[in-house]
Amino acid sequence: MKDQDQTESGQVPMMQKLLDNPFLLLFIGVASPSILYLGWGLAEIFTLPVR
Amino acid sequence: MANTTFRTCPDTGLKLFSTTETLIKANAVLGVVFLLIGGTYGLFVGLTRWQAVHLLNAQDFYMVLTLHGLNVLIFWLIFFEIAVLYFASSVLLGCRLATPKWAWTGFALMLIGAVMNNVIVLQGNSTVMMTSYVPMAADPLFYLSLILFAVGALIGCFVFFGTLVVAKAEKSYEGSVPLVTFGAITAAIIAVFTIVSGAIILIPTYLWSIGVVSEINTLAYRLIWWGFGHSSQQINVAAHVSVWYVIAAVLFGARPLSEKVSRTAFLMYILFLQLASVHHLLVDPGTSSNFKMFNTSYAMYLAVMASMVHGLTVPGAIEAAQRARGHRDGMFTWLRKAPWGNPTFSGMFISLVGFGFLGGITGVVMGAEQINILIHNTLYVPGHFHATVVLGTTLAFMALTYWLVPVLFRRELILKGLARWQPYLFGLGMTGVSLFLMGAGTLGVPRRHWDIGFAGTGGITHEFPAAAYTMLALNGMSVILAVIGGAAFCVIIVGSLLFGKKLGNEKISPPIIAQPVTDEEYNADGGSAYAIPGTMALAMIFFVSFALYYFINWKYLAETWGIA
Ligand SMILES: [Cu+2]
Repeated sequence: MKDQDQTESGQVPMMQKLLDNPFLLLFIGVASPSILYLGWGLAEIFTLPVR
Repeated sequence: MANTTFRTCPDTGLKLFSTTETLIKANAVLGVVFLLIGGTYGLFVGLTRWQAVHLLNAQDFYMVLTLHGLNVLIFWLIFFEIAVLYFASSVLLGCRLATPKWAWTGFALMLIGAVMNNVIVLQGNSTVMMTSYVPMAADPLFYLSLILFAVGALIGCFVFFGTLVVAKAEKSYEGSVPLVTFGAITAAIIAVFTIVSGAIILIPTYLWSIGVVSEINTLAYRLIWWGFGHSSQQINVAAHVSVWYVIAAVLFGARPLSEKVSRTAFLMYILFLQLASVHHLLVDPGTSSNFKMFNTSYAMYLAVMASMVHGLTVPGAIEAAQRARGHRDGMFTWLRKAPWGNPTFSGMFISLVGFGFLGGITGVVMGAEQINILIHNTLYVPGHFHATVVLGTTLAFMALTYWLVPVLFRRELILKGLARWQPYLFGLGMTGVSLFLMGAGTLGVPRRHWDIGFAGTGGITHEFPAAAYTMLALNGMSVILAVIGGAAFCVIIVGSLLFGKKLGNEKISPPIIAQPVTDEEYNADGGSAYAIPGTMALAMIFFVSFALYYFINWKYLAETWGIA
């Protein structure tokens, strides 16, 4: 496929390795919002000083 | 075993395994059924908010609004998306579906959950809106039905991922998966996060409703629920963008302008799209501005940029293909010569324009914490998401369905004359709904409100300007138009499946799929096809509208607070 060729040395570029690995992408796609949205948000909510 | 029998589609050359085909059909048909149900409820909602008609009483209105949201936003879209996932894996990769038994189990759970949910809400004591914010309590079975549906959908996602593994192991494709499959992977990843968030919050809420858990933190509920509620709409975005690419390829033989760029844009969805869930919480207490702004501005803008990339490369790919095929004159000959009478094209193009101009621009405005306050919790919000999810996603799915009926079901479409007009009817109606709801929202009309005349509230009144009533009336009329368009779609599709001329195993003529544009065609005339001035002009119009509208909102905000 055009654009998806290997580099001259026959190595697959890093970025393509990532894009070709659905399970790594799945991990990133779940981890990113779990940390930045759920984790961060819940940490703020549960550390509210409640009296 | 049945799982290994397949036929080769005489038109597309795709390998269709019989189990996959049956599952795609079952999911897509059920999707359409829930669209019909949910759309009908939408008609009642629109006719009630049209103050002069005011169809339902308050009790029924809120119940029907709950049903409208769940049936269309969740059941219709997710059933159809499971069909898309199976198509993008098993069909496009030409391999059997992993664990069809699990796929059917997921399907059954989704069906049970969706039917149960409708029945429970109709009983009248689960009128909690789609968001079901605690401490407002629904019948325990309400939460259970959603959990069943979510588990079913999650199983569907894993069958999809399993099928990717099967395809790789059986070497049914070479190199990287096709771009459309990559888009489906994006949708499935977002779906997994969506469903997990749903489970994290709905399971404890279910336990709370039956008395096992004593209390649910309301702020935490809203945060986690929107991880589900917002992200589910981002599955739609990834799925309908993939559908745009499918349609560009099958109708025009178009090749993506750049695989790399399009895939990177999907990667940005995977990384950032779900973070924009925070835009629902912009006026909530409990979280900091850092949290709100990082997620809705910095992260969300990267996701928006990815959408703009798709919005540029899809018409760009079509333009390049059309130019390569000889429509080279002027800026827009390629667009004028497009098959506007084919509902697959017109639906897709209206989806693209509507999603970008109406849904996209307003989404960015709503995501900015400062100007969000102008329209937060007003009818502007439903106006925005009817542009993204109905004009954008639903219309794209309708467009694809017109193409799938002959390919998968081997039936000719009935009522072709009506089908020609259907995307325009539905598109125009929904454009009206979006614009008039936004107009009403700008005038301060609250969302989810039964009566802005405050009848029977004992004197606590606020006078809305007459224009607000006009907006609601115009919205009601647009709803009727859209419902006629939506009903036409259901009639055409269901009618075609039952009564359409059987196509057998012969090639359809005129052909239903365009030959891929060859390198030679692209490179003829010194490769001028790669220049896409028409698409660039459209993009400029988009940017100017975007900047203007953004500026107008800040100006409006500045006028809201006079500085003395
Ligand atoms: Cu949202």
